[in-house]
Amino acid sequence: MGHLDETFAAPAILQEVKPAVLPRAVLVQNNRSFGWITDKVCSLIEGKTPAWWWVCFGVACFVASFTVAGITYLVSTGVGVWGHANPVNWAWDIVNFVFWIGIGHAGTLISAILCLLRQKWRTSINRAAEAMTIFAVVCAGIFPVFHVGRVWFAWYLFPIPNSNVIWQNFRSPLEWDVFAVSTYGTVSVLFWYVGLIPDLAVLRDRFYGAGNKLRSFLYGLFALGWRGSNRHWSNYEMAYLILAGISTPLVLSVHTIVSFDFAVSLLPGWHTTIFPPYFVAGAIFSGFGMVMTLMLPLRAIYHLEDLITQYHIDCMCKITLATGTIVGYAYAMEFFIAWYGANPNEGFAFINRAFGHYAWAYWIMITCNVITPQFFWFRKVRENTTLVWVLSIFVNVGMWFERFVIIVTSLARDFLPSSWGYYSPSIVEIFTFFGTFGVFSVLFLLFIRFLPIMPMAELKAVTAQADPHAGHDHH
Amino acid sequence: MPAQAYGLIATFETTAAIYHAAEQVRDAGYKHWDCISPFPIHGLDKAMGLKRSIVPRFSLAGGIVGFCTGMSLIWWTGASDYQLIVGGKPFFSPMFAFPVSYELTILFTAFATIGGMFFLNGLPQHYHPVLKYEHIGRGMNDTFFIVIESRDPRFNLANTKSLLEKAGGRDIKELEA
Repeated sequence: MGHLDETFAAPAILQEVKPAVLPRAVLVQNNRSFGWITDKVCSLIEGKTPAWWWVCFGVACFVASFTVAGITYLVSTGVGVWGHANPVNWAWDIVNFVFWIGIGHAGTLISAILCLLRQKWRTSINRAAEAMTIFAVVCAGIFPVFHVGRVWFAWYLFPIPNSNVIWQNFRSPLEWDVFAVSTYGTVSVLFWYVGLIPDLAVLRDRFYGAGNKLRSFLYGLFALGWRGSNRHWSNYEMAYLILAGISTPLVLSVHTIVSFDFAVSLLPGWHTTIFPPYFVAGAIFSGFGMVMTLMLPLRAIYHLEDLITQYHIDCMCKITLATGTIVGYAYAMEFFIAWYGANPNEGFAFINRAFGHYAWAYWIMITCNVITPQFFWFRKVRENTTLVWVLSIFVNVGMWFERFVIIVTSLARDFLPSSWGYYSPSIVEIFTFFGTFGVFSVLFLLFIRFLPIMPMAELKAVTAQADPHAGHDHH
Repeated sequence: MPAQAYGLIATFETTAAIYHAAEQVRDAGYKHWDCISPFPIHGLDKAMGLKRSIVPRFSLAGGIVGFCTGMSLIWWTGASDYQLIVGGKPFFSPMFAFPVSYELTILFTAFATIGGMFFLNGLPQHYHPVLKYEHIGRGMNDTFFIVIESRDPRFNLANTKSLLEKAGGRDIKELEA
C-alpha cells in the first residue's frame, strides 16, 4: 500500500490556479503615436491622386457601363431578354442578388459581432468592410428591382397606397425579404456614418489648417460640429454599442430571410430546415473572402502593414476556414438528410446536383468552398499574402456557384419531367452581372479616395498609450 | 473681457494626465466642464463623474414602436382594410407578421438610437466656442483638453486657472464666447 499512498499524496485540487499568461497580439505595430495614425490615414486622402487610382477608376467605370447597358436594354425591351424561361424563372438575377448580399455580411460581422465580442483586431478593417457591405447591398439591390420587370412599379414592393387599393402579401417570404434587405441597407449606412463622424471632424480641421476651405466645409458639414467632447463620446459609445447589438441579430436575420425565399417553398433541394444557418455561414464565408480580396491589395499599395498586421490576416483566414468548414458540413448534411428523409424527389434533386447536367457547377462549388479554405490550416499559407489573396478569389467564385447550384438545379428538374429544362444565361444577364463588379469598384475607389479607410479614433483607442492606466492597476 | 469669456481651456499631453486632472476637476465640484479627446478614453466617464448614458431609453422606445408598427401594419392591411384570401392562409397571424415586425424593430431602434444620441449631444451644431480655439485641430489628432465654462457657479478666473495648473494643464487660455 505504501506505493499507492505515495501516488495519492499529490492533492487532487491545486492549491492555486495559475492561468498561463498569453501574450496579447499588438494591434498597431512599431508603437506608433496618435499623430502617426492620423497622418497615415489622412495622407491617403490629402495626397495627390495617384496614377493607379485613375487607371483603376477608368477601368471600373468602363466595367460598370456594362451594367448600365444591360439594364437599359432590359428596361427598354422587357424582362424576356434574360435567359429565364419555364421552368427556370429564377436564375442569375437571384443568384447575383444572394451573392452580393452575402458578401455584405462580413462587413456587418466585423463591425457588429466582433465589436460585441471585444475583438479589437476588427478596428483596422471595419471601416472598409462596412463600406464593402453598403456597396455590395447596392449591387445586390439592382437585381431584384429590375427582375420585377416594370421597374417603375418597384415601389409596389412597399406598403404605399396605390391605385389598385390592395396591399402587399405579407404571408410571402419575398415581402419579408423586401423589409429585411431595405432595413439592412439603411442600418448599415447609419452604422457606417456614425462611425465616420469623428474622423470627418479630423479631416475638417486638417483641411481648414491647410487652407482648403471648400473641402473643410464639406467634411465639416457631415461632421455635424463634432468636437471630441467626452460628454459626447459617452453617448456616442453607448449608441455605437447598441447599434452593434442590433446589427448582430439583423445580419443573422437578413440571410435567414433570404434563405426563407427558398426554404418556405416546396421545391426539392430548397425545402430544408438547414437553410438559415447554412446561408448565414456561407454569407460570412463569402464576405471574408471579399474582405481579403479587397484589403490585401490595399495593404500592399498603401503600406498599411503596421495597421493590418499578420495577426489580422491570420484571424480572417481562420474565420474563413471555420465558416468554410461549416458550409462543407452543410453540403454533407443536405445529402444525408435527402437520403435519410427517404423522399424520392428530394433524393433525386441531390443526386442530380452532383451528377446531372449541372454537375460541373456543383464540383466547382465543392472545390472552391470545401477544399480551398482547408489550406488555411497551415501557417505557411496564411503568411503568404499572395497565396491568401488567390485563395480568397476562389472563395468568391465558389460562393457564387453555390447560389447557382441551389437555385438553378432545383428549378431545372422539378416534379414533372415534362417541364424539365436547361438554363443558360443570355448575354444581357452576363453584361449586367459583370458590370456590377465595376459598380462596386467605382464606389469602393471613391471611398478610398475621399473617406478615411480606417477608423482613426478606434485605432488610437487600441494603442498602448491610449490606456490611462498603462502599467498601473485600476483604482 | 473675462466676464464674457466662454471659459478656460487647458492642454494635456497624455491620457493618464487628463484622466487624473479630470478627477481633480470633478472633486473640486465643477458641473459645467468638459474633456476634449480624439478618441474615447477608457474610464474617463467615471473620472468626470458622468452618469451612464441614457441613449438606451431612446432605443427601447424605438424598438417597441417599430415592433408595434410592423404588427399593426400587417394586421390592418391584411385583416382590416382589404381582406384577400391567399393560399388559404389566415388574414392575420403573428407568425407570418413576425419577420417584418422584427426588421422594423431593428430599423426603428437604429433611428431612435442615433436620433437620441444626436439629441443628447446637441448635434448637429453650427458653432461652438471650443471649435474656435486655435489648437483644436490637435484635439482631434493627438492632444487632450479640459474646458471649464465660465457659467459654472464655482468658476473664478484665478482659482480655476490655478486648479488647472495644479492638475498639470499647460497653455491655459481663455476661450472667446
